[in-house]
Amino acid sequence: MSALRESLGFLASRLRQVGIFVALILIVLLFQVLTDGILLQPQNVSNLVVQNSYILILAIGMVMVIIAGHIDLSVGSIAGFIGAVAGVMIVHWGWAWWAAIPACLLVGALVGAWQGYWIAYVGIPAFIVTLAGMLIFRGLTLITLKNQQITPFPDELRALGGGFLPDISGGTSVLEWLTVILGVGGTAALLFQSIKERRVRRKFNLENEPMAWFATKTAFIAVLMLVITFLLASYRGTPIVLLVLAALVIAYSALMNNSIFGRHTYAIGGNLHAAELSGIKTKAVTFRLFVNMGVLAALAGLIFTARLNSAQPAGGTGFELDSIAAAFIGGAAVQGGIGTVAGAMIGGLIMGVLNNGMSILGLGTDYQQLIKGLVLLLAVGFDIFNKNRAGGGSSIAKRFKLRTTPPATETKTPAATTAPAKPATPVAAGSRESENA
Amino acid sequence: MNVPILQMRGITKTFPGVKALQDVTLDVNRGEVHAICGENGAGKSTLMKVLSGVYAHNTFEGDILFENEPCDFASISDSEKRGIVIIHQELALSPYLSIAENIFLGNELASRGWVDWRKTNLEAAKLLARVGLSENPVTPIQHISVGKQQLVEIAKALSKEVKLLILDEPTAALNDEDSDHLLDLILHLKGQGVTSIIISHKLNEIRKVADAVTIIRDGKSIETLRVDQGGITQERIIRGMVGRDLDSLYPEREPQIGEEVLRIQDWTVQHPQDHTRTVVHNASLNVRKGEVVGLAGLMGAGRTELAMSVFGRTYGRAVSGKVFKHGKEINTSTVPEAIRHGIAYATEDRKHYGLNLIEDIKRNISMAALPKLSKRGWVDGNQETTVANSYRKSMNIKAPSVAAITGKLSGGNQQKVVLSKWMFSDPDVLILDEPTRGIDVGAKFEIYTIIAELAAQGKAVIVISSELPELLGICDRIYTLSAGHVTGEVPIAAASQETLMHYMTKEKE
Repeated sequence: MSALRESLGFLASRLRQVGIFVALILIVLLFQVLTDGILLQPQNVSNLVVQNSYILILAIGMVMVIIAGHIDLSVGSIAGFIGAVAGVMIVHWGWAWWAAIPACLLVGALVGAWQGYWIAYVGIPAFIVTLAGMLIFRGLTLITLKNQQITPFPDELRALGGGFLPDISGGTSVLEWLTVILGVGGTAALLFQSIKERRVRRKFNLENEPMAWFATKTAFIAVLMLVITFLLASYRGTPIVLLVLAALVIAYSALMNNSIFGRHTYAIGGNLHAAELSGIKTKAVTFRLFVNMGVLAALAGLIFTARLNSAQPAGGTGFELDSIAAAFIGGAAVQGGIGTVAGAMIGGLIMGVLNNGMSILGLGTDYQQLIKGLVLLLAVGFDIFNKNRAGGGSSIAKRFKLRTTPPATETKTPAATTAPAKPATPVAAGSRESENA
Repeated sequence: MNVPILQMRGITKTFPGVKALQDVTLDVNRGEVHAICGENGAGKSTLMKVLSGVYAHNTFEGDILFENEPCDFASISDSEKRGIVIIHQELALSPYLSIAENIFLGNELASRGWVDWRKTNLEAAKLLARVGLSENPVTPIQHISVGKQQLVEIAKALSKEVKLLILDEPTAALNDEDSDHLLDLILHLKGQGVTSIIISHKLNEIRKVADAVTIIRDGKSIETLRVDQGGITQERIIRGMVGRDLDSLYPEREPQIGEEVLRIQDWTVQHPQDHTRTVVHNASLNVRKGEVVGLAGLMGAGRTELAMSVFGRTYGRAVSGKVFKHGKEINTSTVPEAIRHGIAYATEDRKHYGLNLIEDIKRNISMAALPKLSKRGWVDGNQETTVANSYRKSMNIKAPSVAAITGKLSGGNQQKVVLSKWMFSDPDVLILDEPTRGIDVGAKFEIYTIIAELAAQGKAVIVISSELPELLGICDRIYTLSAGHVTGEVPIAAASQETLMHYMTKEKE
């Protein structure tokens, strides 16, 4: 009885994380019913993964940028631009795919460095720099492509967008055994890791999730992974892009949680001044975040181009909005400091399932956009509602906060710590002490 | 004579899991200045929010009688209609609007939706005269000092025909001169029939202006002391606040002072925006091993500016001068450099410059020294937890675990997290800027003990404080600053509040 109450209390405290996951499941079930079971047919699940992979990859970089308190509006244009560059390199210049891919990622890094320079070192808000970037790189895409699409691409590159792992049974089995091995192995690794982490937390006297909750959650995720494995294995196996995505999610989750770089990113977004005064090289971290975003945008552009087998002038249009939405639906905070890669992935999947499900139902883009917009609004609205309730602050108290003149102690704005990301510098900056001097 | 204006009876307010107020009684007489005292988190601000309608009448239990009529306020505007105006510690002024616009914000002097500017500025000028502020009403708020902004808030309250004025720590951000002016104004308004409730940490202020003091501890009203019923003494208030006698406010220590660790020489700093102003002039000072050195000065003396410009040039421009450590000149021009040379600076403003409030205790403690916990860029989370747990124990940080979010801790515990962070960076010199600001009496003692221990370990400690008794209680030597000049260096044996104040107000020719 008390275990149940404990679990429920815990659930309430984790409403946001649990809620978003439950929302995804409900949306999947809803469309499963509405589409008469088409949504979860093996072929469609496979499609879902491939169709959304580039948005999910962008969402990884995007959530990191958002955690640091910035935004990137240019990723769609960058993805389009890199597609164009790949087209020129491979189709026009005849470069090999294995040379073109790293070259394209390098171009992406340079693009990110260009934007990161203006944001981190010049101090122009990311919103402005990347809005400019959105126009600049769309323009460069059109110039590079001379307003015409470039096609076709070699099979090796196309595999990146729509390829599958090989069938090791040689066509004798209904299941793709390599996929089964990967899926079961991955699930086992996840179980092992979760239990190990729980042990470690107990050892270091940190609060643990209640046992009942932990068991339910872990079992549920394991079953989910096995189901997806089965679905993929009974179609054409594991899409190559899923492997790329899985590797990125694992690597970037670890990076954000356990690396100095990741910690510094959270610290900058949580309190830029405190981070700066703790000796964190905030400009360098910001710069690197945008370089990273450029590389991921380049990768997304390559995958998208490979899937379409063509570099198109309008390629990547609107990707920035989907990836930003994914990050926010996944629990990232607009003010920075809060968010996770895993959350952004779930946010991205919600958007993806909505897209896919509504397309199967034959809804036009008009209604699709309407519904996606409402979902974004509701998800973030739910978040804020939840926060207010937990904080006990009434709307008036909130308004007071917003209009508040900062307390005197912060009026001394150190010159070096003026935040590019938070342009609202305190009132009467540097005045209190000085006025009386 | 003693006509009650406000009676609060049996006020109980609960937040999920916390009883913030429990059966609180408050009686305020017409025309008096009534102080409310209590440790941080005792429930003073919550009580005032209940009174002013920030918390609607159906969210708490108990009755409020104002001028003998029951109050059920649903919002601040309801309480303002009855003449109850609250001025929060963090001022609610819009920086880019003029003084006059701010005074009449939400209450514009207008006909049919169009603002009457002549009348607005005229009325504002009258109100400014009442609060003794000689500024043009069209001046934008951001161009006047915080002390004057506070007066504008009071003028704004007067424009609403205030009967009961509530001031939440009104002098916390003010220098002594501005504080005195504000307290005089409160007394002046009292003469005009305005009743005031003042929340304050500064007991000498309370003695100066208050006719009565209500002490709140742990969400309960402990007692109300009245001047006309035997008076208000500092000891009595402190005893009521902490529930125990504080015979010794400062820990005993026997300083073991060694060789010089840090020397700052001919340090000059210009104001970051105003190039014509020099904030610190040719300052020179030093601190030795195991020594606690105080920096005393009035607001604007340049103490924080001096410290922050030394710590990675985080303040000012055109900084010149030399910093020596163990006799060798060092480069402290960036924060990482300063930290590398064993300097730590714990800010006076922990919420804005010290902590990541949305992050947990352990990640705040490790923030300045992550490489110590890492191999090749990867943080060892277990070691981090172990370190944080050891600080939680040794510093007595009150929290359920080191995974608790720092924003939810009390001021004293937050300050201990900041100190833990810097202790973990293993500095030789700690600069502590107002280490006990906004902290209750019990936690202050703990912070003093920590400072004493740091000195005993052989660290060199520089303490910046606005509270002279504090500096006298913990320092071995005190420098005084006045208008950016070092005007005195006083060994503790020769120091008294009077001598320090003499140097702090000294004009350098």
